[in-house]
Amino acid sequence: MIRDITLGQYYPVDSVIHRMDPRTKLFGTMVFIISLFLANSIVAYAVATVFLILAVRISKVPFKFIVRGLKAVVFLLLISVSFNMFLTPGEPIFQIGFLKLTWEGLRTAGFMALRLIYLVLGSSIMTLTTTPNELTDGLERSLGFLNKVGVPVHEISMMMSIALRFIPILIEETDKIMKAQMARGADFETGNLIQKAKSMVPLLVPLFISAFRRATDLAMAMEARCYHGGEGRTKMKPLKYEKRDRIAYLVYIVYLVLVILLRK
Amino acid sequence: MSIRVEHLNHIYGDGTVYEQYALRDVNFEIQDGEFVGLIGHTGSGKSTLIQHLNGLLKASSGAIYYNGENIYGEGYDMRALRSKVGLVFQYPEHQLFEVDVFSDVCFGPKNQGLSKEEIEERAKDALRQVGLDEKFWEQSPFELSGGQKRRVAIAGVLAMKPEVLILDEPTAGLDPKGRDEILDELTALHRDKHMTIILVSHSMEDIARYADRIMVMNHGEKVFDGPPRQVFHHYRELERIGLAAPQITYIIHELRDHGVPIDPDLITVEEARDAILALLGKAEEKEEKGKDKAE
Repeated sequence: MIRDITLGQYYPVDSVIHRMDPRTKLFGTMVFIISLFLANSIVAYAVATVFLILAVRISKVPFKFIVRGLKAVVFLLLISVSFNMFLTPGEPIFQIGFLKLTWEGLRTAGFMALRLIYLVLGSSIMTLTTTPNELTDGLERSLGFLNKVGVPVHEISMMMSIALRFIPILIEETDKIMKAQMARGADFETGNLIQKAKSMVPLLVPLFISAFRRATDLAMAMEARCYHGGEGRTKMKPLKYEKRDRIAYLVYIVYLVLVILLRK
Repeated sequence: MSIRVEHLNHIYGDGTVYEQYALRDVNFEIQDGEFVGLIGHTGSGKSTLIQHLNGLLKASSGAIYYNGENIYGEGYDMRALRSKVGLVFQYPEHQLFEVDVFSDVCFGPKNQGLSKEEIEERAKDALRQVGLDEKFWEQSPFELSGGQKRRVAIAGVLAMKPEVLILDEPTAGLDPKGRDEILDELTALHRDKHMTIILVSHSMEDIARYADRIMVMNHGEKVFDGPPRQVFHHYRELERIGLAAPQITYIIHELRDHGVPIDPDLITVEEARDAILALLGKAEEKEEKGKDKAE
């Protein structure tokens, strides 16, 4: 049932991109996003397309998995495309009432759609090839400088990774409690809004109790292993740049320069 | 009146890289009033299997007949099935949610749409059946001990008056006394109310003592099915799939290897004790006879 939702959605295959340092991937995603906002010519977008396709191929993640991420933005995409199409001033193609389809509108809408789609695809490559733990690790290291201005970077990233880790556990727990209450004749589907809300009580009470129980257990287990925050804490797998990361950075620079040069 | 399972397959994550057979071509029939032990190591498909029996999971292929009716048939009333086939999950105490014990037990019968008197009558019956003292009935279920909570949860299913009761490791995490009490109560239900019981367990000792039929699962397949004595004959195969026969079986086989003529079909400690004592008695007799002759 609920278990079918793919969250965290790491896709476990072995590829160069999977093995890359998470910081490299974070930076790469950032470069890609920036390039999408810089690019304003068809040639520049072609370069971005090539970059994206190459990344997908190297990552060995099936294309249909990556495209799945688009489902979430379809609505947003439709709205922004139609607004841009009809409300951009310029040379009209045809007109219905106050709605005017213009060449300029078509153009901006096209770029807008491409930009959004590429944004989603580009960032899904990162989330599909990086485990949530690596990701928070990478973020912690990349944002380490914020420590100096008093932001508790380590604590925040620890909270983030715990939260991510708990998502599948809580989903499973919800599934289990739901089934157990259904075995006692509970009905979660039918009824009006108030009845439905009421029927959630037998699900939510045990769920909250178990979430709190797990939280205290985890806190206890962490303390038992002498966890006391980020200070002086070493890593089992410290992040280290390898040759492939250096090559990746080189590729990013070449790519970004290319996109900037191809701007109109 | 029976549960019949035919060619049941269940595949998790169908069509993705995570695809995995949880059940593969499972067939069996359980008659009314049987006490079946379902055993298998972690991940062998036991829990998946029992969730099919009351329609919580839908099979990828295959059929299940309850009292001759196909539960996947059109218009089959799943909710009615769930009140006939009661399922007690693992750690059932985690599902308690009401303000007091009594109302929590009432939850099931209330969902069956019974009258208030009937609901309360059933809840009282169920709580007495699991042997929970009346002084606890008005307490919050969260203030009880682990064993008491578990009884409340089992009562919550019993109150629905199921014809078949399935329990997924009802004794996990309980002390020996709590374990024996719960298992004895199940035996009483089986004996006095002629309830069909399916007990999922890791403990061969428990199953040997209570069940009159054992089904062994391994990697989603049913590998053995039969009376305990017969299944424990295969103790070497059981070991190979990560299980073990009751400890007493090993002692008996060891004794036989040393030439002691003991019956290999004994499965409980009590039976073995009596058999060994009987053998010792005979041996002593022989010895004494021998002495008499020598004199």
